[in-house]
Amino acid sequence: MPKVIENVGCPYCGCSCDDVRVTVSDDGKKVLEVENVCAIGTEIFKHGSSDHRIRSPRLRQPDGSMKDITYDEAIEWVAQHLYKAKKPLMYGFGSTNCEGQAAAARVMETAGGMLDNCATICHGPSFLAIFDNGYPTCTLGEVKNRADVIVYWGSNPAHAHPRHMSRYSIFPRGFFTGKGQKKRTIIVIDPRYTDTANVADYHLQIKQGHDYELFDAFRMVVIGHGKDLPDEVAGIKKEKILEVAEIMANARFGTTFFGMGLTHSDGRNHNIDIAISLTRDLNKVAKWTIMAMRGHYNIAGPGVVWSWTFGFPYCLDLTKKDHAHMNPGETSSVDMAMRDEVDMFINIGTDAGAHFPIPAVKQLKKHPWVTIDPSINMASEISDLHIPVCICGVDVGGIVYRMDNVPIQFRKVIDNQGLLDDETLLNRIADRLDELNAQGA
Amino acid sequence: METVTMTLVQQPELYLECYSVTPDLFAGKSLAEIAELPAHEGKILWKLGDFFKFEGKSGATAAETKIVVNGNVKRMKRFGQQMTGGEIVINSDADMYVGGWMRGGKITVKGNADSFLGIAMEGGEILIEGDAQNHVGSAYRGDWRGMSGGLIRVKGKAGNDIGTAMTGGTIIIEGNAFIHVLTHAEGGTVIIKGDVEGRVGGQMVKGDAYIFGNLLYPLPGFKKIGTVEKEVDGTTYTFDQYIGDLGERKTKKKGEIIYGNIYMKI
Amino acid sequence: MSEIIIKNGYIFDPISGIKGDKADISIKDGKITDKVSSKAEVIDASGRTVMAGGVDIHTHIVGPKVNLGREMRPEDKLFRGSFRGGILKQGKHMEMGFSIPSTWKTGYSYARMGYTYANEAAMPPLMAPHVHEEIRDTPIIDISAMPVFGNNWFCFEYIKNKEIENNAAYVAWLLNATKGFGIKIVNPGGTEAWAWGDNCVTINDPVPFFDITPAEIVKGLIETNEYLGLPHSIHLHGNNLGNPGCYETTLDTLKLAEGYKPKNKFGREQVLHNTHIQFHSYKGDSWGTFESGAREVMDYVNSNKNITVDIGAVTLDETTTMTADGPFEYHLNQLNHIKWANVDVELETGSGIVPYIYDKNIKVCGIQWAIGLEIALFAKDLMRVFLTTDHPNAGPFTRYPRVIKWLMSQKAREATLDTMKYKDKVIAASHIASMDKELGLYEIAMMTRAGPAKALGLSSMYGSLAKGADANIAIYDLDPTNIPSDPELIEAAFQNTAYTLKEGVVVVKDKQIVAEPHKYTIWTKVNMPENAQVMHDVKEKFTKNYTVNLENYAVFDEHVHNPRAIEVEVA
Repeated sequence: MPKVIENVGCPYCGCSCDDVRVTVSDDGKKVLEVENVCAIGTEIFKHGSSDHRIRSPRLRQPDGSMKDITYDEAIEWVAQHLYKAKKPLMYGFGSTNCEGQAAAARVMETAGGMLDNCATICHGPSFLAIFDNGYPTCTLGEVKNRADVIVYWGSNPAHAHPRHMSRYSIFPRGFFTGKGQKKRTIIVIDPRYTDTANVADYHLQIKQGHDYELFDAFRMVVIGHGKDLPDEVAGIKKEKILEVAEIMANARFGTTFFGMGLTHSDGRNHNIDIAISLTRDLNKVAKWTIMAMRGHYNIAGPGVVWSWTFGFPYCLDLTKKDHAHMNPGETSSVDMAMRDEVDMFINIGTDAGAHFPIPAVKQLKKHPWVTIDPSINMASEISDLHIPVCICGVDVGGIVYRMDNVPIQFRKVIDNQGLLDDETLLNRIADRLDELNAQGA
Repeated sequence: METVTMTLVQQPELYLECYSVTPDLFAGKSLAEIAELPAHEGKILWKLGDFFKFEGKSGATAAETKIVVNGNVKRMKRFGQQMTGGEIVINSDADMYVGGWMRGGKITVKGNADSFLGIAMEGGEILIEGDAQNHVGSAYRGDWRGMSGGLIRVKGKAGNDIGTAMTGGTIIIEGNAFIHVLTHAEGGTVIIKGDVEGRVGGQMVKGDAYIFGNLLYPLPGFKKIGTVEKEVDGTTYTFDQYIGDLGERKTKKKGEIIYGNIYMKI
Repeated sequence: MSEIIIKNGYIFDPISGIKGDKADISIKDGKITDKVSSKAEVIDASGRTVMAGGVDIHTHIVGPKVNLGREMRPEDKLFRGSFRGGILKQGKHMEMGFSIPSTWKTGYSYARMGYTYANEAAMPPLMAPHVHEEIRDTPIIDISAMPVFGNNWFCFEYIKNKEIENNAAYVAWLLNATKGFGIKIVNPGGTEAWAWGDNCVTINDPVPFFDITPAEIVKGLIETNEYLGLPHSIHLHGNNLGNPGCYETTLDTLKLAEGYKPKNKFGREQVLHNTHIQFHSYKGDSWGTFESGAREVMDYVNSNKNITVDIGAVTLDETTTMTADGPFEYHLNQLNHIKWANVDVELETGSGIVPYIYDKNIKVCGIQWAIGLEIALFAKDLMRVFLTTDHPNAGPFTRYPRVIKWLMSQKAREATLDTMKYKDKVIAASHIASMDKELGLYEIAMMTRAGPAKALGLSSMYGSLAKGADANIAIYDLDPTNIPSDPELIEAAFQNTAYTLKEGVVVVKDKQIVAEPHKYTIWTKVNMPENAQVMHDVKEKFTKNYTVNLENYAVFDEHVHNPRAIEVEVA
């Protein structure tokens, strides 16, 4: 008899939906059906029980081919190389549960290396802005129950976060928002006419790369200097700026959701930084919150876990072993790769092969490269060692953090069939490193 | 003043952290003791003597000690970090954090310096003969107390984030700069003798920027109030004066609102 | 199993009434006992002070707000680690952070100060799995966490409708779902109002849209707490915290407890614990006329036995303020303009975080420092007045030894006053300079272990050296017969113990962490019949208003680490 598992968390985007219904085969090995989930989420569950999944670690041979080895051999290989490396880097965690991220912290503290997550190429600038200016935010339920004005700035949930608008922001009917979309004003600020802009009441087609100027203009209006505005800022007419600022200032509860349009254009962190300043200003006249549209279902996780472990969310330098250091620009993965600052690379739960600039990949490839990931991807195919692991939310459970930092408890839906999960694998590497350190001392 | 000359004899494989190279740590030590000072290459703890040979002698105090660094130290960080006096001359390029958290003395780099030059500097003087990268005289991540005193002069160009969260002191960039000058500043002076792409004085509470070249994208939050003559770096020029950032909070002194200023050379 | 005997120490144990007698303490299988065999390991405590392990009744050490504070303050770590001075790595993990230490540093630091129990003062129920993850990574000390109820929509509805039984069933359900310990209230109604940018600054300000007042919320939750007979009383951070003149709101709030009697089997005698009362004891009508209201507040506390308080002493450090009192943090940020974080949590609570510098050269900070100490010095019964700094709000918990120094030594207080730029103005606006009282070690033991353990309803297990209690013991390098004249030595003795024992295991020896045994998560399990109405209401709210499914809300068993349930029976 197939078995139905309810309230399953979806291992795709930062929405971390937890209402998925999964039907699995009698033997618990196959996903048969997935409901309440977007198209991309469906594919991840299906992939979890695919016959093409790699089930054994593979080590590159002198002739360039990959040979299956045991987990024990793989663990020994990684531990020995970490022990020898002067400055190893472990990077990724786009699809790893928090238990795995905590174990990774242990590995790199023991090894004395660098530890970083995908935020470094994604919402890292948002962290920098939070460091400099704080983070007036809320949980997504506050938006659902209270918000009457929603701004999507440099983000396109219609494509990147498929259920965001229906579950949390534009459409849901909450406690104080019984009329749903009818009583909400939607403002989209984006140089492109996106599918999200298509459902907005206002679309400000900003000149690409000039968000900072437009935020400055909104701040001037809120603080009472609207009359000093130039006729046009960042391609938006003064009258339109005054009109939209008026809507923001009169909100009962407003939220700005921002995405990579802000983090990946010039100024990066300062675009978020001034967005936070605007949010603070708006609280003098209205109630206003702001939130990063985090990409993956648990990419908020490593920032949370490593903050309580070391005090820093990403770009960690643990090489001194008894204190941590962080300074993005120096200790960030891509910068270190470009400058050839590291001498071993572990790609975990992501694909640096596809996401990093080619010169960075070339530098990293000069050194031992390990990929820990359930799937074959570009990183795994250029690795010296590929270790397959469970998929969080499919064959292992665990805690993940949604984009609003709400912890969601994920469930295991199918049998892991001998695959190790990240936590177990990493703790065994750390145990072996402890032994090597003890022998060396 | 006594001089210690350190000459590179062995390039590190990765980057070397030379946080021990300061007049403060050299002062009063024999050359053998100086050679024992620590330096990190990744997790490996070395001694300075593993990479440099030392000649000359140190003074009794930091103020009486000069350090001359010879050889290509482009891949070495943190020269002069937290120094309080004395002098360092680097006869090549240097990597990040030259003069970081510096409180006094003088550093000269004959080549280029990388990012975080003079970060959170409190006093003293830094001269870069070449270019600097990003975050010149900026604050450490999250700190609202950036550079508070001293002088940084870069003869070449610089990148973004010059004088972020600055509260005092002076930065002079003789070439061009990219974006974000005096962002979040609450004091201090930045002089750019070349062109700037944009974002000068954003979120600035207080402080003075002087721009000699073009400012390609001025912020909406600055308003022209007049034309003034000012002496800058020893010469008097005429400037258009702009005040702002009008979007940011302002302080008052004797009932008068204090604005940040951008002076554009005519 | 293992036996230990601690010989010849000077024992201070208010639970047993022992006031510095020289005696031996026997330990068997992790518990205090009356005798052990001759094979017992001997710890020599001669010339030293022996107390039960410290119990912190109010601290913010684990959870989302604490962690966002860590995340947003990299500068709190800059040059603060072991790099050139600082703590060298002692335990299994490095120790990072000053005002908001990492979980590892938190556990190690408490243990080094002789503390073995800490009560996390604010757990947003929706974020409970996060709190428990951090508890897992906080070594050595036992931890309980109190869910916040003062702005909870369920409680608003039940209390408004005078349905105390339903409210009790809901509280019991939520304690079980979150593995929480007791009822925390923060700015009742005010944090809900803040979700609209508003606040409740008196106990009679109506909560927008909910037709209820802070006074009704507090009284309803006292009644709920005593209906259930929970080990701890309600734990209250009242309205109008931190504003000049707030002591009047505080007196109004404390009076809400009048007429209520404690009902419980744990020996607890209070019905209301008012936390960090320093922040609630301000007179004056502006920052210019700001002055101490400690005498007025403590006169009331001293004469009402059903109230306990903790002091929330200001330590004059650069620290990080963080509270579920969202509107307070916004207003604080409007004063100091440093960065501001805020997290409003659906249906339940909110929070804010602002770094803050208690600068001894600012008059108001000096007066705040005086008020915190005055609270303890005015106290008549130190079994009802506990030592805290509302960590990290008035200062980090690692400064407790400094607060002890100030309380034990007038000379130390004068020395600090002498460093203040506006010393005369501070003296004029406070009582501190005229107070010559100096607390003794027995009184310190009351404030730091016996009193808080009793108020938490846990004195049979914690804060006690009586037979049967957990063998949590602190041995300080301090000879009570020869207290050093230099107050700095008192601070040093309390900063690092000679020994700390946790459940009979030596965890600190000669100021160093030497073991990291397992530790407990303490929670309150209420056994009562299921309430159909409440379960219906819960399901409805999750369907309509929450963004997390009900079945994923309660913390899964595998995410609760070494739970130790305090059981309560309700017919």
